[in-house]
Amino acid sequence: MANYLDLPLTGYRRDNGRVGIRNHVVIMSVDDISNAAVEGVARLIRGTMALTHPYGRLQFGEDLKLTFKTLIGTGCNPNVAAVVVIGIEPEWTDYIVRGIEKTGKPVAGFSIERYGDLKTIEMASRKAKEFVHYASELPRVPVQWNEIWVSTKCGESDTTSGLASNPTVGRVFERLEKNGNTLIFGETTEVTGAEDKIIEQCATPEIAAQFKAAFDNYQELVASQGVSLLGTQPTEGNIRGGLTTIEEKALGNVEKMGRCTVAGFLEPAEEPKGPGLHFMDSSSAAAEMVTLCCAAGAVLHLFTTGQGNIIGNPIEPVIKISANPVTAATMAEHIDVDISGLLRFEYNLDGAADRVMEMMARTINGRLTSAEALRHDEFVLTKLHRSA
Amino acid sequence: MKKGILIHEKNDDVGVAVLDLQTGEEVGVYTLEGEFVRLVRLHSDVPLGHKVAMRDLETGRHVIEYGREIGYAVSAIAEGEHVHVHNLKSLRWAASKTKVLENQES
Repeated sequence: MANYLDLPLTGYRRDNGRVGIRNHVVIMSVDDISNAAVEGVARLIRGTMALTHPYGRLQFGEDLKLTFKTLIGTGCNPNVAAVVVIGIEPEWTDYIVRGIEKTGKPVAGFSIERYGDLKTIEMASRKAKEFVHYASELPRVPVQWNEIWVSTKCGESDTTSGLASNPTVGRVFERLEKNGNTLIFGETTEVTGAEDKIIEQCATPEIAAQFKAAFDNYQELVASQGVSLLGTQPTEGNIRGGLTTIEEKALGNVEKMGRCTVAGFLEPAEEPKGPGLHFMDSSSAAAEMVTLCCAAGAVLHLFTTGQGNIIGNPIEPVIKISANPVTAATMAEHIDVDISGLLRFEYNLDGAADRVMEMMARTINGRLTSAEALRHDEFVLTKLHRSA
Repeated sequence: MKKGILIHEKNDDVGVAVLDLQTGEEVGVYTLEGEFVRLVRLHSDVPLGHKVAMRDLETGRHVIEYGREIGYAVSAIAEGEHVHVHNLKSLRWAASKTKVLENQES
C-alpha cells in the first residue's frame, strides 16, 4: 500500500498560520436586504464570490450569536483570502469585520444606510478589485497533511453507507488522527441509538458529559414539539435499502469516526482548539452542517452518500463518496470517489481509504470537486429560533 | 466459492448481502478488511443491502451488528435467513414491548 500521507500537497498559508486549499475573495452579506448589493459587486468584479443568506435582521440571543459566529467563522476560514462585508447599518457590519480581521487577512466593511445600493456597490467594488489583485498574486506553497482540517457528514444514506463508505471515512480519519490532523464530525440528531458508542470513545468524562448534554437537549426539543423521532427513523427509503432499526442506522452513521478518540466537543460553528477528532453539536441537514463545519475552520469535507445527496459548499470543497454502484452510475457527475468496488471484493477497507486519500490530495492541490464544478454553493445558516 | 456477505465484526449475528442472494446457495462471509470468516447457506432469498442471520436467533434475542445491539428478534430466525422489519424490531422504538419479552423469558 502506498503511503498517501507522503503525497506532496500545496495550499495557501495565511497570516495566522492556518492553511487553506482555495483562495476565494468573498463578498459577504450581513443581512438579507444587503444581498442585492453583494450580488452587484460580485457581478462587477471577476474572481469574487457572493455569499448571501436570508437572515440577519431582528435576530436576538443565541440565534443572533450563532449567525454572527457563522458569518465571522466563514470569513476567517483559510480557504478565504480576503472579504468585503456589506450590511444595511454600520454596527453589525463592523462587528463582522472586526471578527474576521483578527486573522490578519484583508477585510473591509460597507454599510448601505446614507449611501444607497449604487454608491455602496461602487465603493465596495473598488475594494473588491484591490482584494482580487492581492489574492491572485498569492502563491501556492508546500503544506503538510496535518495542516488540513477535515470534516465529515453523510446524507441520503442507505445500507452501502454503513457498510462501506462510512467505514472508509472512518479508516481515513484513523490515519489522519494518528498524523495529528484536526477533524470534525457531528449530526446530533442522527446519532440516536449510537450515542453510547460516541460516549465510550470520548477522551475524558468531561467531553462525554458535554456531548451527552447536547444530545439530551436535542431529545428534549423533539419531545417538546410533540413529535417522535423514532417513528420517522429509519425512513421508508432506508428500509427499502435494507436498514431495519434506528440503532442500526445510527451505528452505520458513526462508522465515520472509525476508532478515533473524541478529543473535544464543539458548540455549533466553534473552532477546535487542538488536533484530533471533535464532535460538533449540529443539525443533520446537509447544507446546515457543512456550513457550520466551514465556519469552524474545516477546509475540506468528506461527504458519504448512498442514494445520492448532491450538496456542496461555496468555501469548503465537498468530496462526494459513494459505494452504491447504481448511484455512482446514474448520478456520476456528483460522485468524486466511487468505492462500490469494496462491495465487489475488488479491494478492502484500506484500498477504499487509499482511493479517498488520493482524491483528497488532488482536491487539496486544486482539482475542483464535482460539487464545485456544478456550482453547488449551498451556504445555509442554522436558525435556532424565530426572530423578533 | 461465491463471495456474498460482508460482516462488520466477526462475531456479529448478522452480515449484509452485497449481491442478491438466493435460497439454498452457499456464500462466503468476509470482513471489510478482506478476511474470510465462514460459509453460510441461504435459508431465504436476501436482496442486496439486506441482512442475513449468521446463526439461529431465538425470539427476544438482542441482535448484534457492528458489535452492538441493533434491536431484538420478534420471532425465531434461522441461520441464513433474511433479517429485516418482519423479524427484527428496535429496542428504542418498542422499549416496553422488549420488557414484556424479557419478562416472559424469565
